[in-house]
Amino acid sequence: MNKKFPIWLHFVLTLAGLVITLYMIFLYAPEEMTMGEVQRIFYVHVPAAWVSLLGFIIIFIASIVYLMKRSQHADELAHATAEVGFIFCTCVLVTGPLWAKPAWGIWWTWSPRLTLTFLLWLLYVAYLMLRSYLVNPGRAANLCAVVGVIGFADVIIDYMAIRWWRTQHPQPVIMGGANSGLDPRMLATLLVGVGAFTILFFLLVRVRLSLAEMRRELSEIRHALAFKLSED
Amino acid sequence: MNSLKIIWSILLKDLRVEWRNRETLASMCVFGLLIVFLFNFAFESAREETLRLLPAVLWVAIAFAGVLGFNRSFSSERENDCLEGMTLAPVDPSMIFVGKMLANLLFLGIAEVVMAFFAALWFNFSFLPALGQLLLIAFFGTLGYAALGTIFGAIAANTRMREVMLTVLQFPIAFWILIFSIDATSNAMRGNPEGNWLAGVGRVGGISVVFTVASFLLFEYVLEE
Amino acid sequence: MPPGDHIAKPSLEVRNVTKFFGDLAALKEVTLGIRCGESALLYGPNGAGKTTLMRMLASLARPSSGEVLFGGENIEHDGTRAKSAVGFVSHATFLYGELTVRENLQFIGRLFGLSHLEKRIDAALEMFDMRAREGVFARDLSRGLQQRASLARAFLHDPNFVILDEPFTGLDHQSVKKLSDLLQRLPEQGKALLFSTHDFEQGAAIASRLIALKAGRVRYSGTLDSAPFKSLGIVRANGRTHDE
Repeated sequence: MNKKFPIWLHFVLTLAGLVITLYMIFLYAPEEMTMGEVQRIFYVHVPAAWVSLLGFIIIFIASIVYLMKRSQHADELAHATAEVGFIFCTCVLVTGPLWAKPAWGIWWTWSPRLTLTFLLWLLYVAYLMLRSYLVNPGRAANLCAVVGVIGFADVIIDYMAIRWWRTQHPQPVIMGGANSGLDPRMLATLLVGVGAFTILFFLLVRVRLSLAEMRRELSEIRHALAFKLSED
Repeated sequence: MNSLKIIWSILLKDLRVEWRNRETLASMCVFGLLIVFLFNFAFESAREETLRLLPAVLWVAIAFAGVLGFNRSFSSERENDCLEGMTLAPVDPSMIFVGKMLANLLFLGIAEVVMAFFAALWFNFSFLPALGQLLLIAFFGTLGYAALGTIFGAIAANTRMREVMLTVLQFPIAFWILIFSIDATSNAMRGNPEGNWLAGVGRVGGISVVFTVASFLLFEYVLEE
Repeated sequence: MPPGDHIAKPSLEVRNVTKFFGDLAALKEVTLGIRCGESALLYGPNGAGKTTLMRMLASLARPSSGEVLFGGENIEHDGTRAKSAVGFVSHATFLYGELTVRENLQFIGRLFGLSHLEKRIDAALEMFDMRAREGVFARDLSRGLQQRASLARAFLHDPNFVILDEPFTGLDHQSVKKLSDLLQRLPEQGKALLFSTHDFEQGAAIASRLIALKAGRVRYSGTLDSAPFKSLGIVRANGRTHDE
């Protein structure tokens, strides 16, 4: 991430973004006709979904860069993004039922967004599990990069397949389909929410990356020590 | 043509190793049959509905039998570090992938035939009218599934919980291969009421080819130390 | 034996190679090489990095930093020439238990793309007295016989560089003698030999060069007879020897 964009500034922006979003969610956006107040979860649910998808796109790019250049930075970025993306993805799956039950009386539905997010969540789990369960951590970068690439191919297929599937088996559109007649104030709130979540996402990834950097430095010190110890 | 010889050698080797044991194929068939049998027995009375669900049951059985087979395919390489032994030779890792994938494809294919035979028997349903279509769907569906199973089997072999890791990787990613195969199979079994069966096969084929090519290209990174 | 299919440039070397396993440094800035016509004993205590070094030369492991070169070229760019010229024996036998000895060799031979495969297999089995057991399943062989089968596998493609990680393990007295004689003849055949063993005298009888490895570093690399045994902690007396 940019050194020219100091983390304190990033933090302030994130905070500002979240505060503005909260304001807009509760005080600016109008109340939805049929669902009432509970509909406001939408402004968290959708940005979180967007950010989870963004996360996997970044994992994909980082994986490709790693495979081409063996860059450890790329690998660390992929790992950090996976951890943060996983959290946001879980958020979507939690806010989904929280919204659906009061609003439509059902806990779950295989709407396009929920289906995609669920499959994405499974991919995140697979990726993180692989990282944790490797016998030889030195191989983590290679193997996870491969999973990152194949996983992203799967995400693209998910997206296309879900769209096709829904033309065959149409469902009543709930949980806010794409631009399903949003009041302009709602749209504005949504967009601000997406922006704020994205900034938050990158902040968290950055923090996680600095942890990885510290680990790497520690490792390098240990390596140097291992060298020194056998100077005899 | 050297590559073909090498692929053939690896395929032959896997077949021979399996022939001496016959454990993998047997357990795949038994496992798959169990699923079909359970379903047939439990829902005997509601034949019409169960027939509608037969494609799904079959493909679920194939999915689980497949994962069983993929795990065993690499556990046989793990004894005596044979997978590493193959990399001692000046062989393109992608050839190792193709060889092992074809072996997996063959074993799963045989298990499928067994499952389909008994399904036809128990459900009193003949697959023969739509045989050509079904074979095409089965081929493409199994191809993509086996390609993913092969590369994920190789990846999972590096982990502590191998069988679980393979399953966790395989199912989310092979999901649409299974769904579209079920869909196309269902269509074929009902005699193509919506017409245009080729599109169904095309969907399965398209996804399978994408994953097969991706697995083929990425396999060398999995073998690298 | 007929000359190898490839005419290899006469050197296999590592340059400034370091290998980490997590935080453990198995090899530290190691530079050494072997040339055709020489035989070298790789000696050192457990954990010195011998196996790691040999695996690296056999293209099974990549260095964390530094290069592995075959004929002056980094094997990362094109490892096939190096692999065709190297024969490697390790703790693992690389044999399929469900296949017979002969079938294992046939498989490996095909992977190497060898011509006149059956004749080569006969010759390799002959070298290690395995002809009588060529039809036995590898899983039914004793440890010592498996080792001999593994040796036959390594020599099958007539490699110019023979790398053996404790090849005498499990062998009976007669087999040790036979292998020792065979290894001694390799330099005059124009081959390079690098091997390790914990029996120093046994190694000294075969090798002309000594590479002493300790804690991932090369302590000595030169002719065996003029090595500073005392400072290396090697005691030679009455045929018995031990390292510190």
